[in-house]
Amino acid sequence: MALQDQTLPLPGITPHRTESYRSDHLLVAEMVSPGSKVLDVGCGEGDLLQLLEGRGIDGRGIELSREGVNRCVAKGLAVVQGDADTDLVNYPDDAFDYVILSQTLQATRQPKTVLENLLRIGRRGIVSFPNFGFWKMRLQLLIGGHMPRTENLPATWYDTPNIHFCTIKDFVQLCDEISVKMERAVALDSFGRPLRLNLPWWVWNMFGEQGVFLLSRAGKGR
Amino acid sequence: MMNVHSRSGPAIHADERSHEVDHPSSQLALFGADQPLRLDCGVDLSPFQIAYQTYGALNADRSNAILICHALTLDQHVANVHPVTGKPGWWETMVGPGRPIDTERYFIICPNVIGGCMGSTGPASINPATGKPWGLDFPIVTIPDMVRAQAMLLDRLGIETLFCVLGGSMGGMQVLQWTAAYPERVFSALPIACSTRHSAQNIAFHELGRQAVMADPDWHQGRYAEHGTHPHRGLGVARMAAHITYLSDAALHRKFGRRMQDRELPTFSFDADFQVESYLRYQGSSFVERFDSNSYLYLTRAMDYFDIAADHNGVLAKAFRGIKTRFCVVSFTSDWLFPTSESRALVHALNASSARVSFAEIETDRGHDAFLLDVSEFFDISRAFLQSAGKARGLDG
Repeated sequence: MALQDQTLPLPGITPHRTESYRSDHLLVAEMVSPGSKVLDVGCGEGDLLQLLEGRGIDGRGIELSREGVNRCVAKGLAVVQGDADTDLVNYPDDAFDYVILSQTLQATRQPKTVLENLLRIGRRGIVSFPNFGFWKMRLQLLIGGHMPRTENLPATWYDTPNIHFCTIKDFVQLCDEISVKMERAVALDSFGRPLRLNLPWWVWNMFGEQGVFLLSRAGKGR
Repeated sequence: MMNVHSRSGPAIHADERSHEVDHPSSQLALFGADQPLRLDCGVDLSPFQIAYQTYGALNADRSNAILICHALTLDQHVANVHPVTGKPGWWETMVGPGRPIDTERYFIICPNVIGGCMGSTGPASINPATGKPWGLDFPIVTIPDMVRAQAMLLDRLGIETLFCVLGGSMGGMQVLQWTAAYPERVFSALPIACSTRHSAQNIAFHELGRQAVMADPDWHQGRYAEHGTHPHRGLGVARMAAHITYLSDAALHRKFGRRMQDRELPTFSFDADFQVESYLRYQGSSFVERFDSNSYLYLTRAMDYFDIAADHNGVLAKAFRGIKTRFCVVSFTSDWLFPTSESRALVHALNASSARVSFAEIETDRGHDAFLLDVSEFFDISRAFLQSAGKARGLDG
């Protein structure tokens, strides 16, 4: 039967190929301390989870699309079908060490509520998102007069799942508003390289194509 | 042909069927007076027996055992020729060498449930007190009772921890009961197309089936064996109704549409003009050849009573608190008997317990029965789940 001939993509069998992992995934994985328990919200086809599990991290995932979920499960990952906007409420407080929102925040209906839930379920949160303040975005709107489209965000305005774009500056403001502490912030340029640390926010907001933030609950001051 | 209303009734397999009840073509575990089965209804069932099949070999550290829990009208003959019907095992596509449940890697056990009619003690078995079949004197059994008996079987076999418990439909209910009652004995669990409680609609369908059996004059208040009859008409109708719930509108339409059976034009009678009628009648008549009517009453009842949350103050998540078992929950898009929403409720409860859970909904138009059919995505997921759990368990290929 065909069954016996089937070969399945399995974790562990996947060759180690750091260069093929997304740069933001590598950065996120580096922020997670070994041996911790992680929830990846909007885990897609499980690339980040596989990267994390390869590092001995207990990873779980939520994904909206059925195809994405089934591919993850077929890779042996612990992923459930669910919606960040509606299903995070089902998780108890402090269930995870880290809750990751990788390129997902801008696709949620209630980014603020999602972010609040993130830091309720997880002791820390890691959020990465495309920076709408990136100079190429600004230029397209200013000169081209049309909604920006980039290599990483190729969808047109009418079919994009990304309904809540923000800039790095906007995100920092939201974190302040809901008293979230930023433990670490990194802006990646269009080559996926981190921008220099000592640059002012406005430079990051202009030249960072995406922002990656390690967050924790406030209380320790900022 | 295939007429469940024929008066003579099917006798083809009747002898084999009644023989299997007490003398199964399976391995047999006997539990004497010193080891009664404590039933939820308060009765101690003793003596009793469990008939079971095994496939593959138990490894040295006894860590590769998989328990398959069978559905309502199936039995322990998962991957061998059925002793009554002569047909292949019901899950040969899933269980075998190189299959997702690989008999070369795992030791697979499938017991017939308590209340069944293929060798484990049930209403068709001989009541030692009377020398006659139990009939309705058999105590009501529940899903937890079935699982309790299976745990006794595993004790007998010297298996402390199961690598995986898996099953669909009523089998999935047993899987969930296993994880709720014996979490430390279950390393991983694969509940398929099931629910943590039987819905009102499903209880209603079961009641329809039971009333069909009981309305058959050949039922004789469950004493048909002594009357030399079997309520095959009632059971056949019950099966026909139930079978519809295992399929879907789309699957029936694709398979049969409004096509005629061996004729061009309607006969303007109540013959089975339509292929779908002929098919259902066949399902009914072939079922009664291999299944006991009283068993059908008892097993449907067991499913009706199933409600894990009710045993935990109505809070499902409490049933799974702190559980270490790895779960993979599977549902099918066109299953309206155990719809995805039921699986999702289970997944929410497992998430609330911080359990390690995967949940896949498989797209298919084949309804509830999809778990028994050749659905490749389901096989892929089952295989991958077992392989990744095996890695965590330290089972080597």
